[in-house]
Amino acid sequence: MNGAANVLAQGEAAFPPSVEDFYLPSIVPWGAENSYWFTKITAMVWLAVGILIIFFLASYRKPQLVPTKKQWLAESVYGFVRNNIAVDMIGHAGVRFAPYFTTLFCFIFLTNLFAIVPGLQISPNSHIAFPAFLAVISYVLFIYAGIKHHGAGKFIKNSLIPPAPWYILPLLIPIEFFSTFLVRPFSLAVRLFANMFAGHMLLLVFTLGGFAMINANALLAPVSLLSWVMTIALTFLEFLVIALQAYVFTVLTASYVQGALADEH
Amino acid sequence: MFLLAAEGGEAHNPIVPIWQELVVGGVAFALLCFVLMKFVFPRMEQTFQARVDAIEGGIKRAEAAQAEANQLLEQYRAQLAEARTDAAKIRDDARADAEGIRADVLAKAREESERIIAAGKEQLAAERATIVRELRAEVGTIAVDLASKIVGESLADEARRKGTVERFLSGLESAGAR
Repeated sequence: MNGAANVLAQGEAAFPPSVEDFYLPSIVPWGAENSYWFTKITAMVWLAVGILIIFFLASYRKPQLVPTKKQWLAESVYGFVRNNIAVDMIGHAGVRFAPYFTTLFCFIFLTNLFAIVPGLQISPNSHIAFPAFLAVISYVLFIYAGIKHHGAGKFIKNSLIPPAPWYILPLLIPIEFFSTFLVRPFSLAVRLFANMFAGHMLLLVFTLGGFAMINANALLAPVSLLSWVMTIALTFLEFLVIALQAYVFTVLTASYVQGALADEH
Repeated sequence: MFLLAAEGGEAHNPIVPIWQELVVGGVAFALLCFVLMKFVFPRMEQTFQARVDAIEGGIKRAEAAQAEANQLLEQYRAQLAEARTDAAKIRDDARADAEGIRADVLAKAREESERIIAAGKEQLAAERATIVRELRAEVGTIAVDLASKIVGESLADEARRKGTVERFLSGLESAGAR
């Protein structure tokens, strides 16, 4: 089972696309099936990290009071996350979380964006490993922030015991525990992963579907064309999903931290 | 069986993370976090703060300048009002002075004219008295001469002659006074 690019190059469209299309052969060593240290996916992660570091360092090498265009762009990214997510959700105490949130947002957004960049066209986040460790960091972050702010006992009490009559508590405490400490990292990771996975799968289906139909019967060429037009339309939709999921991941992390810092339940 | 998928089984399970990717992603993301959170975003906060300071400083400076301008305006207004008062006072004084001078001049002129009139009257009276005196002597002589001529003889009797002349002169005076 080869990647979609190879399939297209060979002119034989394997349709329908499968999960295996997400697992591209290794680059180093070349072509190895189950070596994951250096694949297109990990290369893209390094690429994203490199782009972000170079962009921010270059545009913020000599910060000025009256910003240049590049500096303004870098500042507006940070300012957006700082003011519209961190401060809006957490309040003034959110400013100290803003650097992490911005890093998180930029990383997710750029790696997501690779899903529609020609030549890359798959997001690392369609492999659950990346959303998973980001979710674990968010999980640790909000628990750490809560314990640091309240102390362990009060944090756990705040998180688990809602202000309800005592006779409901035996029911509520397990629910709170389940939703706060078990589901959160899982839902964060799966939400991002599933969106990117499904997005890539959709684009594959319509792209390969076009080839499958035109190969099956030349009369189906108009339908193939329609299928490829749909691919373009879905690429725009994908862009919306990319931006939205980066935003949602960051906002949910901020919301968890806010909940951990809040005095009342 | 799912955990084995990453290790080299035939089928991949998309919900099971590949541990190599976890490691690579973790290291890469840690590097990104380190660089951005240490070298970029704190400097952005500093720049924001500096910008806030610059703007607030600018506002403060503008306020100070405004206050100074207002103070100067007040000062100028006060000075202007003072100058106006002074001018009015000077005008009033001048008017009063002029009035005084006029009154003085008028009084002096009146005095002078009165003096002149008085002097004239005096002189007139003196002249009149002289004339009367001279006339009295002359008229007496002429009358005596005339009487001597008319009567043809000299009136020897001094006393009678004097009495007659006196009577005549009294008659003459009362006729002149009437």
